[in-house]
Amino acid sequence: MEFAASVIFGLTALFAIAWVLRASARSSLSGNARSLANDIPLTAAFGLLVIAIYAIVAISAPAIAPFPEREIVGGQFQAWSGAHPLGTDRIGRDMLSRLIYGARNTVGIAFATTTLAFVVGAILGIWAALTGGWLDQVLSRFVDALMAIPALIFSLLLLTIFGTSVLSLILVIAAVDATRVFRLARAVAQGVVVMDYIEAAKLRGEGAWFLIRREILPNSMAPLVAEFGLRFCFVFLAISSLSFLGLGIKPPTADWGSMVRDNATLITFGDVTPLLPAGCIALLTVAVNFVVDWQLHRASGLKG
Amino acid sequence: MSNVIRMILVRISLGIGLLFIVSLVIFSATELLPGDLATQLLGQSATPETVAALRAQLGLNDPAPLRYWNWLTGALTGDFGIALSNGRPISDLIGTRLGNTVFLALYAAALSVPISLVLGILAALWRNSFFDRIANAGALTAISFPEFFVAYILVLWLAQTGIFPSMVRINPTTDFGDRLYMTFLPALTLTLVVTAHMMRMTRAAIINLMASPYIEMARLKGLSPLRIVLRHALPNALAPIINVIALNLAYLITGVVVVEVVFVYPGLGQLMVDAVSNRDIAVVQAVALIFAAAYVALNLIADVLSTITNPRLMHRR
Repeated sequence: MEFAASVIFGLTALFAIAWVLRASARSSLSGNARSLANDIPLTAAFGLLVIAIYAIVAISAPAIAPFPEREIVGGQFQAWSGAHPLGTDRIGRDMLSRLIYGARNTVGIAFATTTLAFVVGAILGIWAALTGGWLDQVLSRFVDALMAIPALIFSLLLLTIFGTSVLSLILVIAAVDATRVFRLARAVAQGVVVMDYIEAAKLRGEGAWFLIRREILPNSMAPLVAEFGLRFCFVFLAISSLSFLGLGIKPPTADWGSMVRDNATLITFGDVTPLLPAGCIALLTVAVNFVVDWQLHRASGLKG
Repeated sequence: MSNVIRMILVRISLGIGLLFIVSLVIFSATELLPGDLATQLLGQSATPETVAALRAQLGLNDPAPLRYWNWLTGALTGDFGIALSNGRPISDLIGTRLGNTVFLALYAAALSVPISLVLGILAALWRNSFFDRIANAGALTAISFPEFFVAYILVLWLAQTGIFPSMVRINPTTDFGDRLYMTFLPALTLTLVVTAHMMRMTRAAIINLMASPYIEMARLKGLSPLRIVLRHALPNALAPIINVIALNLAYLITGVVVVEVVFVYPGLGQLMVDAVSNRDIAVVQAVALIFAAAYVALNLIADVLSTITNPRLMHRR
């Protein structure tokens, strides 16, 4: 109960900081940035703050972490103490340090995967919408067939074939999620390609790559950015789940999903330590969702 | 009425066609392998004799279309071949586990569907109230949580105190009451995960309808809000709600994988995860086919049901 109280206290403090930051941004900024700060709801400010903290921790992990990522520095399953603020794990590595490095590994890998899925899915989707005809038909029907299989099941099938290394994890999840991005990018781009300015650019004699890069992409950015946030959440949860199942990122690399799996036995003794990495995952996903919600709200033009 | 039957038959045949394509995708996954499946399975150090023996055992010497045909006809009669890792028939491995997984999914559905419908209707009825805000924030949070996080929180709260067991030890002789008791935590985890989504969609569907003129009319007649929702809005919101329920039941199929591992539940998901780490492609293909078939079937049922409940789609001109 004491722990639950401190979690609630921590979250309240984060909300308070977000509120203060928003208030100071409103008073100090001017112009476009000012209207953005005026528009932002508290939940989105909280989300941005959390994302910023995660980014700082991930980038400066070696400077913050008290111990190296993979070194055994104490006994097994030590309790929380001054030397090891969050105790040690199953083979005596410092939990806090691994949690901090996990921000770098887990989030980094999820981000790389999302980016890859996005680049592939968006370019193919827009290309299919632009070209139309048989290329569109072939790609769309292929994606339809792949989407008829549940994502996790399809990832598991592909991981069996390509083995469970980090590289194949990234490629497999990116491939599975690229099908979802393809759907959205194609749907969005179909609305854009019928515009007159596309016709004009075609008459100027511009190539497909120019059209995608300079005409269609800038005009379909808003839904794609929101989709990037949502997609990141899905990818992040998928990678964490697979790591938790022992099929994703593996020890000794510090990763939040596999850390839960490794230390899960502690939970049956009433120790909350293994829940911390899972909580880190949940907090980041909630934060991203809050920001995406705000972006979608802005994009849809709704006020109030 | 013949219209309905024809529509259902068309949908079912489309579903079967889709399932056929899905089976083709699942089967051809092995063909994507760079190099030879047998060599991949045995590793680089395998002798040519063992590779040849495994090739013969797997039937890899046959051409791919023939192997696909054998695999598919086998699967249709319940014979999925032999597990690569321990040589047992896959149908034996699947047998009771399939029943366990279906039991868990149905249990979770029986809990989550009524809860999410009631919560969704209440949230729509008291829109923008304190209850609505709390329910919405809770739902958004629950959607963002990884399943294992929810599961372990429940273990910490409910299993730690000794109310419910944290591991599920069931076998075919366990009676129904014990089964319900022992699988309560996994079912509750799944319920929490899917309820959030279903509740949000139910709320959205009903709020959408509340803006239509005939609801305005009912309100002007002086009907009570509850009666408006139950008699006027709900029947018209049935189609989207049925869709959401079916999609979430389909989601349960993948959700069970993680939850089964957390609670050491003897189901298909656990079998599949073990098979993936052993790289036992035969078992993975068999389980993937079952999951995909259930997924396609649920989407098909949703499609048919939402058409039947919508008169505009039923009598399309």
